[in-house]
Amino acid sequence: MTRFWPLIRLVPRQTHFNFVGLAPYAAALSAVALLGAVASFFVQGMNFGVDFAGGTVMEVTTPGPAPLGQIRSVMARLGAHDAQVQTFGNASSARVQFRSVAGMDTNGGAKFAATQLASQIPGLKVSGQSTVGAKVSGELVWSGVFALATALALMLLYIWFRFQLQFGLGAILALFHDIALTIGLLCVTQIEVSMTSIAALLTVIGYSMNEKVISFDRLRENLRKYKRTPLREVINLSENERLSRTIITGTTALLALSGALVMGGPALFPLVFTMAFGIFIGTYSSIYVALPVILLWGVNRDDEAAKPIGPQPARP
Amino acid sequence: MLTLSRWKIILVLASLLFGLVFTLPNIVPARVLPGFLPQQKLNLGLDLQGGSYLLLEVDTEALRKERLTNLTEDMRTKLQGAQIDFSDLGVTGDTIGVRITDPTKVDAGYRLLNSELGERLLTGGRDVVVQTRPDQRIQVSFVAQAANAAARDAVTRSIEIIRKRIDALGTKEPIITQQGSNRIVVEAPGESDPEKLKAVIGKTAKLSFQMVDAEIAPEDVTAGRVPPDDILLPSDDGFAPVYVVKRRSVVTGEMLTSASGSHDENNAPAVGFSFNAIGTQRFAQVTSQNIGKPFAIVLDGRIISAPRINSAITGGSGIITGHFTEDSAHELALLLKTGALPAPLNVVEERTVGAELGADAVRAGAISLAIGAAAIFVFIILAYGLFGIFAAIALVINVMMIIGAMSLTQATLTLPGIAGLILTMAVAVDANVLIYERMRDEANSGRGPMASADQGYRRALTSIIDANVTTMISALIMFQFGAGPVKGFAWTLSIGVITSVFTAVLVTQVLIGWWFRAVRPKSLPIT
Repeated sequence: MTRFWPLIRLVPRQTHFNFVGLAPYAAALSAVALLGAVASFFVQGMNFGVDFAGGTVMEVTTPGPAPLGQIRSVMARLGAHDAQVQTFGNASSARVQFRSVAGMDTNGGAKFAATQLASQIPGLKVSGQSTVGAKVSGELVWSGVFALATALALMLLYIWFRFQLQFGLGAILALFHDIALTIGLLCVTQIEVSMTSIAALLTVIGYSMNEKVISFDRLRENLRKYKRTPLREVINLSENERLSRTIITGTTALLALSGALVMGGPALFPLVFTMAFGIFIGTYSSIYVALPVILLWGVNRDDEAAKPIGPQPARP
Repeated sequence: MLTLSRWKIILVLASLLFGLVFTLPNIVPARVLPGFLPQQKLNLGLDLQGGSYLLLEVDTEALRKERLTNLTEDMRTKLQGAQIDFSDLGVTGDTIGVRITDPTKVDAGYRLLNSELGERLLTGGRDVVVQTRPDQRIQVSFVAQAANAAARDAVTRSIEIIRKRIDALGTKEPIITQQGSNRIVVEAPGESDPEKLKAVIGKTAKLSFQMVDAEIAPEDVTAGRVPPDDILLPSDDGFAPVYVVKRRSVVTGEMLTSASGSHDENNAPAVGFSFNAIGTQRFAQVTSQNIGKPFAIVLDGRIISAPRINSAITGGSGIITGHFTEDSAHELALLLKTGALPAPLNVVEERTVGAELGADAVRAGAISLAIGAAAIFVFIILAYGLFGIFAAIALVINVMMIIGAMSLTQATLTLPGIAGLILTMAVAVDANVLIYERMRDEANSGRGPMASADQGYRRALTSIIDANVTTMISALIMFQFGAGPVKGFAWTLSIGVITSVFTAVLVTQVLIGWWFRAVRPKSLPIT
C-alpha cells in the first residue's frame, strides 16, 4: 500500500530501554522530590483560598490600569485582615482577597469593603465576589479530604478486583506519590488551593490510574505469555512495548491542555497547570513507583488469572 | 470485530444524528432553527453566564429560642387567666421553670399547663412535657422530636417563602434547593446585584402591632427597668431611641391579607395593608379601647413607627408610615405579602460572577478548546495518517455528542467543565492510540492487515474499559463531593467518558471497515 502521508515516528519500532535498571536512580529522585514537597509544605504551606480558609475574594475592574497601591491602602484603612491585592488577567482587573474586616461578620465585612472600594476609587466595579463563612470552609476542607480518601480506596479495590493485590498496592503507593508531589507543586508555586484544586487532584489521580491500568494490562498479558522469564525482564519488555503509546498519549494530553494553559485565563490556569503536571507525574509514577513496588513484592504467576486467554502469537 | 454489522452502522449514524441535532441550537441562532428541532442550548453555570449563588442556613438556634419565648408567654397568660400567682418564670437552657406562690395551687397549675400548653402531635400526646419539681416549681420543655419537626418544617416553609419573594423580584429562573438538614441554596442566574437578593431573603419580616406602655417613667426606661409584661424595643422612628411596649401583640403579620406600596397624607412613601377578619376585629377592638394612646409597629424586633390612635379603626386596613423611600416601601410590602420567615436565615456562603466576567470565561474556554482540538488533530494525523483522520472524525462526533447530551439533559457546563471537556478529548484519543498501537504490534508480528486491525480492537478493548472505569470513579466522587463548578466538571467528565469509549471504538471501527471494503489494502497505513 502506498503511504500517502509521511508518518512521524516518535520512537523506533522496537526499543530496548532498560527501564528497571534506572529504577534505583528514579527512587532517589522521587525521594528527593518528596522531601522537597514535605519541606515546602511545612515551610511555605499551602495557599488556601476562601473556599478552605473562609473570607472574601473580589474581582474588581477599573477603567484604566488597576491602582493596586490605592486598593491596598483602602483595604488597610478598612481594617481588613490578610488582605492580598493582585492583578487578575489583564492590567485593568484586580483580585482582592481578605479574611475579614475588623469588628464585622464575614458577610457584613464583604459588603462594607465592596462599597468602600467602589466609593473611594472612581470607576471601580466589583465584577465578581465570593464570600465563604468559616463554618462552611471548615466543612469543605473535610469533604475535600474525604473525597480524596474515597477515591484512593475505590481505586485500590478496583485494581485488586481486576488484577492482584500487589498491583493495587503498587498503584496506591504511586498515587500517594503523585498526590504528595502535586501538593508539593501547589506549595512551591503558591497556586491558590480551592475546590477546583480538589477536582484537579482527583483528575490527576484519574489520569495516573489510567496509566497504571494500561501498564498493568500489558504486564499481566506478558506474564501469561512468558511464564519463565524473570519479572524484571517482563516489566522491561512490557514498558518497551507500550512506550510508543505512552509518549503519543502523553503528548496528546499536553497538546489538548496547551490551549487552556496559554489562553485559558486566570480562572482556568491553576486547574489546567495542575492537570498538566499530573500527566507527567502520572506517567512517571506508573513506571517508577508502581512497577518497582510490584517487582520488589513479586507477583503470583500461577494463580488462575494467569491462564492464557487464547492462542498467543509468538513475538519476535 | 471489524465485520460491519448493520446495527453498528445504524448506531454510529444515529449517534452522529443525535450529536448534530442537539448541538445545533448552540451554533445556529434560534430564529433560523426550524421549529421541529430541539431548541435547548447548553445550560451554562453561574461562573459562565454570571449570577449569584447563596448558601443560607436556617438559624435553628434562634428558632429554638423563639419557640421557648412563645411558650413562656403562653404560660404567663394561662396562669394569669386562671388567677394562679407565680414568680421566677424564665428559661434556663431547654426548659422553662416557674414557681407557684401558693402551695395549694401547684396541682391546679400543673393540670392547667399539662392540658393546655403546646400543640397536639400526630403521634398522640402533646409536644411539651410538664413536670412538677420540689419547692412548688413546675418545669416545661419541648419533646425532642417536636424540636426536630419544627426545624424541618421551618426549612420547608422558608424555601416556599424565598421562592415567592424572589419570583416577585422578577429574577429569571431561580433555583432554590434544600441542602443537608438546615441549609438552602439559592442560585439566581443573571442577577448582577446580590445585595438586592440578600435584602429580600435576608429579612425575616416578622410584623406585629404592640401597644406602647406609656405608664413607665422615663428614668425607668433609660435604666432598662420594665415590668415582666413589657419589653424594651429599639426604634427607628426618629422620635425616641427605644420604646417600652407590651409583650403581647395586638395583631401580627400573619393576619395580613395584602400589602402594597402606598403614600401617606403628605405624599411620603408608605406601606398600605389590610387585615383578615380576625385581624380586623382585634384591631377594631383595641383601637376603640385605646383612643389617644400610641401603639408600635414592630418589624423584626425594631420599631418602624409608633403612631397615636386618633380614632377606632374598624375597616381593617391602614398604612404604615416611617422613614421609607419608594423602593424600601415596595420592598417591605413585598416581604409582608409573602409572609414572615419562620426563622432568621444567615448567608454562610456567597458567590457572584458578573455577566462580563462570565462572558470572558466563555471566550477563554472556547478558545482553549479550539486550540486544544486543533493541536490534537494535527498531531494525531501526523502520527497515524489516514487512521489519524478517522480518529479526528471520531473526536468531532464525540465532542458533538457531549455537547448534545449536555444540552439535552440541561446539565450545567462550568468553567472547570470546559477543562473536563478538554481532558476528555485527550482520553478519547488515548483509546484510539491504544487500538492503533495494538494494530501495529499485530502487524509487526506478521498478521495480515485485516486480522491486525481486528485484533487491535479486540485486544485494546479491555484496557480501554479498565482505564475509563478509573476515570469514571474519580468523576463520580467529584460529583458527590463538589458544589457548583466542580459538579459541572464531574458531569462533563462522566458524559465524556461514555461517549469517548463509544466513538473511539465504534466510529473509527465503522470508518476503517468502510475503508477496508473500498480499498482492500495490502498493509495498514500506520505501519
